Amino acid sequence: MVPLVYYLALAVVMFVLGALGVLIRRNVLVIFMALELMFNAANLAFIAFSRYYQIIDGQLFVFFVMTVAAAEVAVGLALIVAIFRTRNSLDVDVMNTLKG
Amino acid sequence: MSLGLMIFLPIAIIAVCSAIGLLASRNTIYAALFLIINFVTISILYFILGAPFIALAQITIYAGSIMVLFLFVIMLIGTEKLPRSNALPWQKPAAITLSSLLLIECAVLIYKQAAKPTGWPELTQYMTSPTEIGLGLFNQYLLPFEITSIILLVAVVGAIYLTRPERIRKKPENQREER
Amino acid sequence: MELSRLPEIINTFSLTPWVIFFPLLGILINLIAGKRFGEKFSGAVGSLASGMAFVVSGLLAMSLASNPGSHHIEIARWLSVGTLEISWALRVDTLSVTMMLVVSGVGTLIHIYSIGYMSRDVRHNNDPSRFTRFFIFLNLFIAAMMLLVSADNYLVMFVGWEGVGLCSYLLIGFWYEKGLDGIGNAIAGKKAFITNRIGDFGVLIAMFIMFGAFGTLEFDKIFEQAPALAGLMPGVLLAITLFLLLGVTGKSAQLPLYVWLPDAMAGPTPVSALIHAATMVTAGVYLIARSAPLFSLVPVTQSIVTWVGALTALFAATIALGQYDIKRVLAYSTISQLGYMVAAVGMGAYAAGMFHLVSHAFFKALLFLAAGSVIQGLERGEEALNPGHHATSDQLDPQDMHNMGGLRKRMPLTFGVFLIGALALSGIAPLAGFFSKDEILAEAFHLQEGVFFVLIIAAFLTALYMGRQVFLVFFNQPRSKPAGQATESRAVVTIPLVILAFLSLTGGLLNLPLSGHELPGGHLLTDWLSNSIAGIIKGEFNFTVALLSTGLALFAILLAWLLYGRKSTQKGAVDPMRKVLGPAFTALERKWWVDELYQAILLKPFHILSDCLASPFDQGTIDATVNGIGTGTRGLANVMRKLQSGYVRNYALAVMVGLIAILAYLLFH
Repeated sequence: MVPLVYYLALAVVMFVLGALGVLIRRNVLVIFMALELMFNAANLAFIAFSRYYQIIDGQLFVFFVMTVAAAEVAVGLALIVAIFRTRNSLDVDVMNTLKG
Repeated sequence: MSLGLMIFLPIAIIAVCSAIGLLASRNTIYAALFLIINFVTISILYFILGAPFIALAQITIYAGSIMVLFLFVIMLIGTEKLPRSNALPWQKPAAITLSSLLLIECAVLIYKQAAKPTGWPELTQYMTSPTEIGLGLFNQYLLPFEITSIILLVAVVGAIYLTRPERIRKKPENQREER
Repeated sequence: MELSRLPEIINTFSLTPWVIFFPLLGILINLIAGKRFGEKFSGAVGSLASGMAFVVSGLLAMSLASNPGSHHIEIARWLSVGTLEISWALRVDTLSVTMMLVVSGVGTLIHIYSIGYMSRDVRHNNDPSRFTRFFIFLNLFIAAMMLLVSADNYLVMFVGWEGVGLCSYLLIGFWYEKGLDGIGNAIAGKKAFITNRIGDFGVLIAMFIMFGAFGTLEFDKIFEQAPALAGLMPGVLLAITLFLLLGVTGKSAQLPLYVWLPDAMAGPTPVSALIHAATMVTAGVYLIARSAPLFSLVPVTQSIVTWVGALTALFAATIALGQYDIKRVLAYSTISQLGYMVAAVGMGAYAAGMFHLVSHAFFKALLFLAAGSVIQGLERGEEALNPGHHATSDQLDPQDMHNMGGLRKRMPLTFGVFLIGALALSGIAPLAGFFSKDEILAEAFHLQEGVFFVLIIAAFLTALYMGRQVFLVFFNQPRSKPAGQATESRAVVTIPLVILAFLSLTGGLLNLPLSGHELPGGHLLTDWLSNSIAGIIKGEFNFTVALLSTGLALFAILLAWLLYGRKSTQKGAVDPMRKVLGPAFTALERKWWVDELYQAILLKPFHILSDCLASPFDQGTIDATVNGIGTGTRGLANVMRKLQSGYVRNYALAVMVGLIAILAYLLFH
């Protein structure tokens, strides 16, 4: 069968791509989506380990992560909508009033 | 090339390519669709790894509700391309450097572990059933379960509150937008 | 004594704290209600407080008569630090009760006098609301002085010592906005305070050494241990006594720290009478008398003390001869008489010194109060000439003797009492001053002839300048119009004068040098004090000395009459004394240039030093460093501020950097 390392490598690549997306893209929604990509990478690692160590805890953890991610997306998108109403822009660089 | 590897490789390639597509596409809707493809491939991987419940949960929750939510918001807000701006010229190179560094570090991490005498564990044939998940969820992880439900409640309340329509005030709207 | 039959006397000693508390109560009442109820109320409260202190002192004296020896009353614990244990403890013995009686007795009379005097003075200086403050300060002084004389350990005495110094400062600068250039009085007060501080420094060092050597500051314990220490380490006792002497020269205005007393005449006249003649300045003499067991173990210091006193007596008497301000003559006279007292206690003649202290309190207070009456008489005369016109300093100076003359006819009562005071001071029998001064002279003749020689010359000069003063002020024709219009003072002012005159007349009875066999009642004070001071000497009557001193005094008065009394001196004319002494008179008039000397060798270098330290060092270095730290912090903050760019992506970058760093550390550790 496929060695564990391959799954981990895939998870790492997806994670790095997600991080890159958060850092490079300026559209708030795309940033959020890249964030979801990072979540998925972590989930994949969890399930892989859970499978290889023969314990159920990994899957349970992924269950929780998914639930909380859903909640987070709901609130996050609500925030983005609220901000869009005032700023009228989706550029994350426009939201810079916390500058010192 | 074993059977497992022959199935795994194409799926992995599709996953990576869809991730790259998410990063590169200028159109937000295309980005969302790429992400859905990614989710589906991951779900298939979950199946291969013997976690059917989670795989289906992935499709239902992620691809089915979260991405739908995203698409609703995209359509609500609009998909105009953002104007070119050079507010942070060093951001892109720095990000690419750092990400490569991270990649290298993680690679080192994984293969250091592989080099050890214990190495990584071997895979055996196994498929978990929802019964086990249920047992684990309600016996050992009962508290996180309850807390998660509260989180969901809070998220619902929060989402509704944050998106309330504004009350009509005497001051004109553009004054509040100024800041 | 028959009075000892009262049974409640045994408990009288518990009343001792009230000699301090009555004046404090007076302060409180005056602070709260003084201004509301008017001048008479404030004056009455102040005088009553002082009077009650006198009554308590009297009760204590009566109890002591049957029960001599020292009694200790502890009020409260004060300090308990390591091995140092000090409590607020009072001591009732004959020496302290003597001082208490003098302070409160003369003090009460001066309080009553001040009711009349200050009532005029605050109107003359245009600030009637300051009346109450005067009585508060006076009561504060009485309280502090009582604490000083009744203390049972050196630290509590020092509290009183400092307290009287403070009151002196407050009262000298009572009219703080008046004087030369609008701050003259304040400067005089400051000079008094600072000069006294130098003396206080001496007392402090002495106390430190005492604690180091004896482990305690209580009188009895120190005096017990002193003889043993004198054998082991005589240098320590020498140091203690010399530093105490420094304190005495400050407080009792001896050489070299006497310079504050003449300037202190800037205060109102009752202040000069009470503080700078009768009581505060005698605190130094009291200190030496109290520390007699210590001083008697160090003959070196004793001779230093004696000579300091004798030389001061002579020096100040010469300066008094050339002064024109009526109060300054009396100030220098005080310094001179204090020199007598210090010389006496330095020789070991404690009874003579204390006797002179008591009688000097009487006639010097009398002289100052009478001088105040003269000054106000002149002011009244001036107001009669220019009605509704308040005197300014460039008008008539009411204290300048050049403006006086012929007041004998205009102010007869004041003249009478002043004459009695002057005769007492000159040492004419049978007034009080004769007996007290004569006892000192007899002791000096007996113990140290050199000192006797100096003191007898000073006695001659004393009579001379007092005669000069009396003739200039009261005899011949008035030298200015206001003097011609001067009027007598009111009763509340003159009655204390009369009482003090009576005391000056009869004060000699306190310590008549009778041999005791034929006539009883001799050496009353000596016997009284012998209960407190060991080894006290009974003064013997030396006929030769008495004759010599009286003869010299009469001769001096004759000289004064020849120079000043025979014919009237005109206002702008040259002083007859100048014709006699020639250029030496200028030196006397200019106080031997001592103040200028101090200014040049002490004050000027100090000013230069402080200027040098202030600008480059304090402002340039220290301020710059502190400001520099502030500026540096601000600069650093400005740099750090740039981290907060406001861009979320930058923050995410920072998170990545941190993540990579941690992973790297974990990997390559």
